[in-house]
Amino acid sequence: MEALALRDPSAAPVAGRFGRHGGRFVPEPLIAACEEVEAAFTEAWADAGFRSDLAWLLSRYAGRPTPLTPALRLSAELGVTVLLKREDLTHTGSHKINNVLGQALLARRMGKRRLIAETGAGMHGVATATAGALLGLPVTVFMGERDIERQAHNVFRMRLLGAQVVPVRSGSRTLKDATSEAMRHWVSATEDAYYCVGSVIGPHPYPWLVRELQAVIGQEARHQCAEQLSAGTPDQVVACVGGGSNAAGTFAGFVETPARLVGVEAAGGAGAALGEVGVLHGFQSLFLQDEQGQIREAHSVAAGLDYPGVGPEHAHLRDLGRAEYVTATDQEALAAAVRLARAEGIVPAIESAHALAWVVRAAGTTDLPTGSSVLVTLSGRGDKDIATLMAYLGDEEAR
Amino acid sequence: MTTLETRLRRDRGRKLLMPYLTGGVTPDWTDHLRAIADAGADAIEVGIPFSDPTLDGVTIQEASDAALARGASTDGVLADLSRNRIEVPVVVSTYANLALRRGADRFCRALAEAGVQGLIVPDLPLEEAGATSAAARAANVDLALLASPATPPLRLREIAERSRGFVYAVSLMGTTGERRQLAASAAALARRLRGVTDRPVFLGFGISTPAQAAVAARDADGVIVGAALMRRLLDGADPASTAGFVRSLRRALDGVPARTSADAGG
Ligand SMILES: Cc1ncc(COP(=O)(O)O)c(C=O)c1O
Repeated sequence: MEALALRDPSAAPVAGRFGRHGGRFVPEPLIAACEEVEAAFTEAWADAGFRSDLAWLLSRYAGRPTPLTPALRLSAELGVTVLLKREDLTHTGSHKINNVLGQALLARRMGKRRLIAETGAGMHGVATATAGALLGLPVTVFMGERDIERQAHNVFRMRLLGAQVVPVRSGSRTLKDATSEAMRHWVSATEDAYYCVGSVIGPHPYPWLVRELQAVIGQEARHQCAEQLSAGTPDQVVACVGGGSNAAGTFAGFVETPARLVGVEAAGGAGAALGEVGVLHGFQSLFLQDEQGQIREAHSVAAGLDYPGVGPEHAHLRDLGRAEYVTATDQEALAAAVRLARAEGIVPAIESAHALAWVVRAAGTTDLPTGSSVLVTLSGRGDKDIATLMAYLGDEEAR
Repeated sequence: MTTLETRLRRDRGRKLLMPYLTGGVTPDWTDHLRAIADAGADAIEVGIPFSDPTLDGVTIQEASDAALARGASTDGVLADLSRNRIEVPVVVSTYANLALRRGADRFCRALAEAGVQGLIVPDLPLEEAGATSAAARAANVDLALLASPATPPLRLREIAERSRGFVYAVSLMGTTGERRQLAASAAALARRLRGVTDRPVFLGFGISTPAQAAVAARDADGVIVGAALMRRLLDGADPASTAGFVRSLRRALDGVPARTSADAGG
């Protein structure tokens, strides 16, 4: 087995700022809690003992490193070399486990007695429930009612793992509202509860902390590309973007290479591609909103991408022109999921299928010229989406 | 001294009352505004509803949703306030996204033009309040800051110093909403704040009944009552009834001696 080396820690951004984005826009009652998490993570992340505990869990428990799989048949069909970073093969089936194991260890180190989390697709909720079971910490997961309906499989998994799932009935009843509700609950529970944020969003230190914990994806992929590609680095690096954690973790390994970085959002939840500067959930970034500043509801078949904003580091990478943000529609993503299933025998999460959909669309154009190489992070597996895919294929076949 | 500071003085001779009302919540919301103003309020907090009120409990969430469903907006609420000037000072409260949407300068000027004298933005803590605080000062609007039971002493002092008009003491670790009892953390926070500032200290969050208001006012200079009033309004209370509730709060506060033992030392 390959040795698992965590990336060297990167320092926290000053005041949690990524350029003009980020920050800590929380009500005063949460300031002390944010400072406590920041201090604890800064110290833990520099501590060899903490890092080796995390590396141990990531390899022995979560199955890292994950393979980099050349998608041979798809590559031949598209005329570009497609490499898949297989986060779908981790324990619990998505990249969310990387983040959660780190945060759950941190919570234990801080002496917190339970975990709270928000979830959209349920993958972060399942990962948190899993880590809670592993470390003996009770877990409460906030989930929008609409997501509870469309990700029933994951709701049951969370309950099976002993977690309590709290339905959120406000607003769009999806990830945005689950996040608001988790924050409301956190205010009343900062003493004993640790808020395990699921993406590179939220008040400082979370966008930095979660990116640090997800950087293992990019770190591994960078080494694997060096082994598998004659050029050493891929021409393009592509990942789907909800809040942006699998993309941030992937990009972290390539931001200093010449590779073009592409984040693919759901067409109906494109904070980075279509949003404007705003403040929500404790951070400044790009959000879908009306001209008065009311946040618009996102709409996507992928519950994990159904978020009207994007993590502050992505907004900054966009400002810098270092990364580009594009969109894929529900139909394109569903078609790409089926295509990968049939070309490679891999059923991706519908979230991850957005990244593939863009590759499929761009291959052979100036965006992704024939003969180029592209790394795609497959953030998760499609088990949770079987019902959605069944309905989609049923419609397709009826046509 | 700003107008708000001359009106909300600790030595006003009575305990201060600031009811909260969600702007645009009902078609007749400005009738409630006037009725409350005439029922003994010393200032009125008017919320500009936001789609994602992360510091509000169910009642004010419901009020915000109702207002937004009626088409309430920053422009609309300010236009209503502009047309309905009242005797008592108006303090607008809203979330950062609305305050920053067109720039803090423009927002604060629009407040001033609508006759608003104070501003509360709960998700702009000390570290993030700089630009808005300067914009508010330039527009002659008082940006009041929040302090909480978890705020450590040095930070509490800084909040009190940088807060304008009054200091908003969040009585408990939690969201807005009615509570059966006044939080145990309320009195201690109010006392700590009064020890570091001459600005009036208002306790808010969870103050639901006249009796609770009276207890809170023993240690604070004033109280803010939001969810308890909005619950009545959402349940269909007319302006006369909301005013009746405010009068009952006024009477309870007037039973509390304006000078308390906490003043003896200073
Ligand atoms: C499989 C999968 N991919 C991607 C995401 C989107 O999150 P992020 O953008 O933080 O990676 C989710 C979120 O639920 C997910 O479950």
